[in-house]
Amino acid sequence: MATQVLMPALSPTMEEGTLAKWLVKEGDTVKSGQIIAEIETDKATMEFEAVDEGVVGKILVAEGTAGVKVNTPIAVLVEEGESVSEAAPAPVAAPAPVAAPVAAAVPVAAAPAPAPVSVASGWPHSDLPEGPTKTMTVREALREAMAEEMRADPTVFLMGEEVGEYQGAYKISQGLLDEFGPKRVVDTPITEMGFAGIATGASWGGLKPIVEFMTFNFAMQAIDHILNSAAKTLYMSGGQMGSPMVFRGPNGAAARVGAQHSQDYAAWYAAIPGLRVCMPYSAADAKGLLKSAIRDPNPVVFLENEIMYGRSFEVPTDPEFVVPFGKASIMRSGSDVTIVSFGIGVAHALAAAETLAGEGISAEVINLRTLRPIDYDTVLASVMKTNRCVTVEEGFPVGSIGDHLASTIMQKAFDYLDAPVVTCTGKDVPMPYAANLEKFALITPAEVVTAVKSVCYR
Amino acid sequence: MAKKPDARPNVSKEELLKYYREMLLIRRFEEKAGQLYGMGLIGGFCHLYIGQEAVVVGLEAASKPGDKRITSYRDHGHMLACGMDAKGVMAELTGRIGGYSKGKGGSMHMFSKEKHFYGGHGIVGAQVPLGAGLAFADKYLGNDNVTFTYFGDGAANQGQVYETYNMAELWDLPVIFVIENNQYAMGTSVKRSTKSTTLFGRGLAYGIPGEQVDGMDVLAVKAAGEKAVAHCRAGKGPYILEMMTYRYRGHSMSDPAKYRTREEVEKIKTEKDCIEHVRDLLTQGGLASDEELKAIDKEIKAVVNESAEFAKESPEPPLGELWTDIYA
Repeated sequence: MATQVLMPALSPTMEEGTLAKWLVKEGDTVKSGQIIAEIETDKATMEFEAVDEGVVGKILVAEGTAGVKVNTPIAVLVEEGESVSEAAPAPVAAPAPVAAPVAAAVPVAAAPAPAPVSVASGWPHSDLPEGPTKTMTVREALREAMAEEMRADPTVFLMGEEVGEYQGAYKISQGLLDEFGPKRVVDTPITEMGFAGIATGASWGGLKPIVEFMTFNFAMQAIDHILNSAAKTLYMSGGQMGSPMVFRGPNGAAARVGAQHSQDYAAWYAAIPGLRVCMPYSAADAKGLLKSAIRDPNPVVFLENEIMYGRSFEVPTDPEFVVPFGKASIMRSGSDVTIVSFGIGVAHALAAAETLAGEGISAEVINLRTLRPIDYDTVLASVMKTNRCVTVEEGFPVGSIGDHLASTIMQKAFDYLDAPVVTCTGKDVPMPYAANLEKFALITPAEVVTAVKSVCYR
Repeated sequence: MAKKPDARPNVSKEELLKYYREMLLIRRFEEKAGQLYGMGLIGGFCHLYIGQEAVVVGLEAASKPGDKRITSYRDHGHMLACGMDAKGVMAELTGRIGGYSKGKGGSMHMFSKEKHFYGGHGIVGAQVPLGAGLAFADKYLGNDNVTFTYFGDGAANQGQVYETYNMAELWDLPVIFVIENNQYAMGTSVKRSTKSTTLFGRGLAYGIPGEQVDGMDVLAVKAAGEKAVAHCRAGKGPYILEMMTYRYRGHSMSDPAKYRTREEVEKIKTEKDCIEHVRDLLTQGGLASDEELKAIDKEIKAVVNESAEFAKESPEPPLGELWTDIYA
């Protein structure tokens, strides 16, 4: 009886990967637990073990093949003496997992879940400067921003868990150790409060630290230093000394990682005077904002998103391209409603706008890019034009960025509104693990569409 | 009974007078601060350093220009000892524009980049990784400065202290952890906080050497400080000094101090006072006359009174200051 070997999901957000190398060939006998292939994910190259015993009857996907979707059959195992043709191709439906990762690339269990967002990447970025661009992922953009700034300023250094020898838990810092050495790419023990404090002290001592949190969920251990030590010292010292540093890492939900690993802290940090808060959507945002953040003399909380790391966008090749703080980007012009979002929410907003366009509703989509400062002028000007507003974010509803925007719009543009501002947020629940519940807990383009229709009275 | 001077033969008159003057300045300054607090001129929290003066004065004597210091909210003594101006410190206590932080920091939050004083921190234990971070920067920049990172016996039970010990030793950071063990974390004695009461010994688990020091004896403090500084400057990593000391006043101004007896406080004051100790060394050794010391007392009193006058007369910060220094 033949068994299909399927392309495994080796991280919570993996949708596809590269079959880098086969370690067996057709006709070889394999034992369960034997490493049969190397598979490259967006995060790491992983060894892939056989679960079943048998003979490699046929290799269906040649080594070097990129973009192999999770659950695609990549080989067929047959029993001793059985031929491949006898082993009629079994239907792929409901396959049992046939492999386990030898080493998890991230500190969470692998789960074969598709990312909850399905938006075409590379949406035209309306305010990119004139000049040549290149296509790159958000991950590459972040890495390039750090590398360029580290080349330009010897006091910039990166510190965090697995940033060096491991090449980054999410491969953001891949290659940086090789270029800059262990003095400037500093692996830390798992001790967020300690290294956040050390980095803040180092910023007072003349350096410009970039602190990578493996996720912002872990930054909760360090939030005292982010707020009480980094954000407030310039004020408390009467302007004598500030904290020129960046706290960065993935924020918000990934996929199927449960309540403690899925939370959007945007509204938390945006509430704190003394901090700057960035939340990029595209690769151009990521690169331009991170360069601004590293150069800024203030502490910057830089909220990335794991699901966005692998998405590709056009990014200006000019090494001096930066995105200034407090300047929102109008991603799509429209006349009927303003949709304001940031981070991954922009993807939902753009998807909703596309659907709405098909139904004759013209939505203007604003990507805030920075949440402290917020570009109120752009938001208000748009709302004064469209007279309706929907906000979109992944965070919890109470005390959300949307709440703040709704209040601001009410106070500054009340007479322009034709409908109440509607805030689309994540549900008011800890993130569930079950796939169906998680999908229900997260904000979706469909919900944005419904919200827009409600403010348009359609 | 005060200590006998015979064990310290090699101390010059000038050195002793310097310590006497510096410790006396802190004590008189703190007494004045207590007085101004009682008059309502100083608000909020105000933690006095009276009793512990030998710790900062002895360690400053072991430092060189460029060395850094950082401490908790009981910080007035550290600022005066590193040469910050009494007027600017007192005016910060009264919340005036002439204060080191323009009145925006207060008793617990003062800084002087010029004197390498990095605060003044109100979250117990937070200054420990911050101090190690200053040392990280010095090591990165390749100079031989060290950072004196002060914290109390109370902070010694905070987890981030041990996170910091681990990294400081791992990376050989030039940081001296100074535990000011004044026996009480607010109202909780060391013995009621831990069964591991030899606080410096906890560093051994991370490979950090250390020792307990008579923190009421400025000469012992200085000698231990020199040893620790030499260790750090030689690139051997951190060092721990557990200073056995005592605060005479309450934890803060509003502390009724019911957790210890009047007799306990009086006994330390009579037998171990750091200023009396140096005074005895000077007078019993025939190094200084009562008149000479009285002249210093008078001089210090004048400095402190001048600081109080300045702190009263300096205007409150203009309202526009509310909105400055939030972003650089």
